[in-house]
Amino acid sequence: MGRVVIDVMPKPEILDPQGKAVVGALARLGFAEFAGARQGKRFELEVEGEVDQAVLDRAREAAQTLLSNPVIEDVVAVRAASNQE
Amino acid sequence: MRIGVVTFPGSLDDRDALRAVRIAGGTPVPLWHGDEDIKNVDAVVLPGGFSYGDYLRCGAIARFAPVMRTVTKLAGPPTQTSPGLPVLGICNGFQVLTESHLLPGALVRNEKQQFVCRDQKLRIERTSTSWTNGYGRNDEIVIPLKNGEGGFIADEATLDALEGEGQIVARYLDGNPNGSRRDIAGISNVSGTVVGLMPHPEHATEALYGPENGGTDGLAFFTSALQGVLSA
Repeated sequence: MGRVVIDVMPKPEILDPQGKAVVGALARLGFAEFAGARQGKRFELEVEGEVDQAVLDRAREAAQTLLSNPVIEDVVAVRAASNQE
Repeated sequence: MRIGVVTFPGSLDDRDALRAVRIAGGTPVPLWHGDEDIKNVDAVVLPGGFSYGDYLRCGAIARFAPVMRTVTKLAGPPTQTSPGLPVLGICNGFQVLTESHLLPGALVRNEKQQFVCRDQKLRIERTSTSWTNGYGRNDEIVIPLKNGEGGFIADEATLDALEGEGQIVARYLDGNPNGSRRDIAGISNVSGTVVGLMPHPEHATEALYGPENGGTDGLAFFTSALQGVLSA
């Protein structure tokens, strides 16, 4: 069983209220060294067999069709999961 | 005049929208998300709620529902033979319209991260649409608003284009509830057939059931559709 990991993040210019709330909470807990936080999404797609280039291409297509909205989000990574993940 | 209202799994305001159509004098037609057939309706309302649980992103999964294949095809860019199917997306329906690319921009989490529920004052700025031709330009109305992800955003070029083409249908007055760019509460496509609106006109179509100002300020959205003509 192969696995593809896709990371989607809000575009840098988009206000990220979740990230803002997180960085506020971090500061309250004493993690004052973190000046900002952005919260994104990680998807894991499973396939029968190995993750080859064709699977990655399809995963990228899926990421751009359904898993992200290009108006507000960027697909920042589409990769095969390593065994340790 | 037959106006269809789509029920997605998680739609909440479909019954209210059907009722609003009936109160306005139209024939309400329930439509099902899993059917491509839209029963020969003259217009479609995509109601509020949380389609498919709003998992992934609001409206993102609903956009691929079988019914939306038909709606998107018929509502798409107007041709010489057809002005395009009139579609009104309310709240979650507005989110479905942006995800479907029938309208530009996107709706994101409210700026203050809180769900907002209140009676909201709006100014109707575009009346040459299928859904607002019954209002006067710059009419001020009060209808309920209830959303957690109602912040309308688009890049500056898109916002300028919306302003330039007169596609801003309604703007928030007396305070912006969700951080929408340029106080935008609703927009339309260029031809005015497709309208997306974050607040809920269907909850303000009967006296005593809507906001305290009389409560029927939303009715003209539905009577407008019955006019069937776009006043340019």
